[in-house]
Amino acid sequence: MKILVPVKRVVDYNVKVRVKADQTGVDLANVKMSLNPFCEIAVEEAVRLKEAGIATEVVVVSIGQSGAQEQLRTALALGADRAILIETELNLDSLQVAKLLAKVVGTEQPQLVIIGKQAIDSDNNQTGQMLAALTGMGQGTFASKVVVADGKVAVTREIDGGLQTVSLKLPAVVSTDLRLNEPRYASLPNIMKAKKKPLDIVTADSFGVVLQSQVKTLKVAAPAVRQAGVMVDSVDALVAKLKQEAKVI
Amino acid sequence: MAILIIAEHNQQALKADTAKTVAAATKIGGDIHLLVAGFQCGAAAAEAATLAGVTKVLVADAACYQHQLAENVAALVVELGRDYSHILAAATTHGKNCLPRVAALLDVAQISDVIAVESADTFVRPIYAGNAIATVQSSDAIKVLTVRSSAFDAVANGNAAPIEAVAQATDAGLSVFVSEELTKSERPELTAAKIIISGGRGMQNGDNFKLLEGIADKLNAAIGASRAAVDAGFVPNDMQVGQTGKIVAPDLYIAVGISGAIQHLAGMKDSKVIVAINKDAEAPIFQVADYGLVADLFVALPELEAKL
Ligand SMILES: Cc1cc2nc3c(=O)[nH]c(=O)nc-3n(C[C@H](O)[C@H](O)[C@H](O)COP(=O)(O)OP(=O)(O)OC[C@H]3O[C@@H](n4cnc5c(N)ncnc54)[C@H](O)[C@@H]3O)c2cc1C
Repeated sequence: MKILVPVKRVVDYNVKVRVKADQTGVDLANVKMSLNPFCEIAVEEAVRLKEAGIATEVVVVSIGQSGAQEQLRTALALGADRAILIETELNLDSLQVAKLLAKVVGTEQPQLVIIGKQAIDSDNNQTGQMLAALTGMGQGTFASKVVVADGKVAVTREIDGGLQTVSLKLPAVVSTDLRLNEPRYASLPNIMKAKKKPLDIVTADSFGVVLQSQVKTLKVAAPAVRQAGVMVDSVDALVAKLKQEAKVI
Repeated sequence: MAILIIAEHNQQALKADTAKTVAAATKIGGDIHLLVAGFQCGAAAAEAATLAGVTKVLVADAACYQHQLAENVAALVVELGRDYSHILAAATTHGKNCLPRVAALLDVAQISDVIAVESADTFVRPIYAGNAIATVQSSDAIKVLTVRSSAFDAVANGNAAPIEAVAQATDAGLSVFVSEELTKSERPELTAAKIIISGGRGMQNGDNFKLLEGIADKLNAAIGASRAAVDAGFVPNDMQVGQTGKIVAPDLYIAVGISGAIQHLAGMKDSKVIVAINKDAEAPIFQVADYGLVADLFVALPELEAKL
C-alpha cells in the first residue's frame, strides 16, 4: 500500500509573527521556518504504518516555493521514501492546493492520504476535506487513532463532544490531530541518507489547474492588545477584585 | 440573496453554536434557511424554527444522516445549496469537517473562522493563531464560511419559521459510523459557559482537577485544559482550549498552572476578564491576565474555593 503525505513549510510554531507596517501580510523575513507540526505527525503515522508492514511506500509532496525542499528533506529524514515539490511563487488557497493534490493522487494512486488537519499559518483546516471531495474519497478528519485492516481504515476522531470512530473504504483521506502520535527526531545517519533520496521538482503551472484564487486579502492587521493587568498578592485580594472591580462573580 | 446554514444538533436539540451562526448570517442580510440533517430530528427542527431571523427550516430526516457523516451531509448541501449566495456552518468540529467538502464540490473557496462580517462579500478572520487578523473579500458566486461562535451573540428565540421536508436521502457509501464516546458532564459546555476555569500541566495529574471542580461548582463554571494537560492524559480531549482546541470568550477565564503558550492564548485571549494563577512570576500568561496571582496552585485553589 502506498501512502501519500502532503506537507507544508510554515513559520515555526514558537515564532510570534508580526504584522507588516503596510498591513499587506505578516513579516516572514528572517523568521525560522519549519515543517507544519500536523504534517510532521502525518509523516510519522505513515512511517509507522510502513514499519508495521502495512504500507510499502511513503511519498511526501509539498506545494510552495523552492525553500520547501528543506521540509521535504526533513520528511525524508523521518522515514519517507520519496518527495515531490510542486513549485510555485503564488500563495495558493486550500482549494487550489487540493486541486493540485488531486492530480498527484491521480498519478500516484495512493491507497491512503495522511494530511495535517490544519496549517498553523493560514489556520484554514480545509485541504484534506477538499481533497477527499475532489477525489471522491471518504474522510477521517482530526484523527487520534488510525487502524488499517481489510481494505478499510478505522479512524478515531477528536470531536467537540469527545471521540467518534468511523470506518472508511480505501482509498481514503485521514487528517491528523495532535494526539495521533509523537513524531520521532531524525537521527544524523537518517538526515544523511535523506540527502540521497529522490526529490522531484515540477512546476505548479504544468498541472493545468487554474491557480487564481477568488479570495483577495484586503488587509492584515495586528490583533487588539489587552490592557496591562495588575498583580494581586493574595486570594482575598483576587476575590475582592473580581467582585468589586470586574464584577464577574 | 439567501443564506443556507447547516444546523448543528443531536436530533433532540440545537447546539448553541447554531444560534450564533444565525447571528452572523443576519449581519450578511437576506433570507436565512436553516438545514437540519439528521434522523428522527423533528425536535431539533422545531427548535430551529424558533430562532429569530430564520425564514425557513429545511429538514432532511433519514437514516443516512443519523450520524451526520461529512460525505453524506456534504452531498446533500451541495444539492440544495447551488441557488444560495452563502452557505454557513459554525466553526465546530462538525462544521470544519463538512463545509470544506461542500466548498470543493461547489468549486469555491471556504473562508474559515469568520469573526466579523464587513459586508456580503468581505469578512474578517484570524490567522497565525490569532496573531494577525485578515480582512478578505470573496468574488466566488457562493460564499462558503465557517463562523467562530465566540465572536457572535446568539439570536433570540420566539420565531415560528415554516418547516419544510426535503426528500433527499443518499448514502455516499464512503464511510460508516462505528462508535462514539461522548464526555458526559453536568457542567455548562465550554463554548457556552460564562465562566471557565482551566488547568494546565501544573495540575500534575487528573485527580488534582478535583481542586478545580469545587470552584467550578460554586461559580457554575465549565472546566477547560491546556494541551499539555490533555496530552498527559489528565483530562479528555474535548476540554482543550486553544488554536487547535476550543475557542472561548467567557466573561471570566481563570488559567491555573498554565504557562500561556501562543497556542493556548489563541483560544482564550478574547475573554472579558482573565485571571492567572501560576507559581512562576515570569510565565507569559501574566502578560494577558487582568489579575495575576503568583502562588502555588495547591495552596491557592483550596483557599479560593473556601472564599467564594
Ligand atoms: C501545532 C500546535 C498546536 C497547539 N495547540 C494547542 C492548543 O490548542 N491548546 C493549548 O493549550 N496548547 C496547544 N499547543 C501546546 C502549547 O504550545 C503548549 O505546549 C501548551 O499550551 C503548554 O501547556 P501548559 O501551559 O499546561 O504547560 P507548561 O507550558 O508546561 O506550563 C505549566 C505551567 O504550570 C506552572 N506550574 C507548575 N506547577 C505549579 C504549581 N504548583 N502552582 C502554580 N503553577 C504551577 C508552571 O510555572 C508553568 O507556567 C499547541 C502546540 C502546537 C505545536
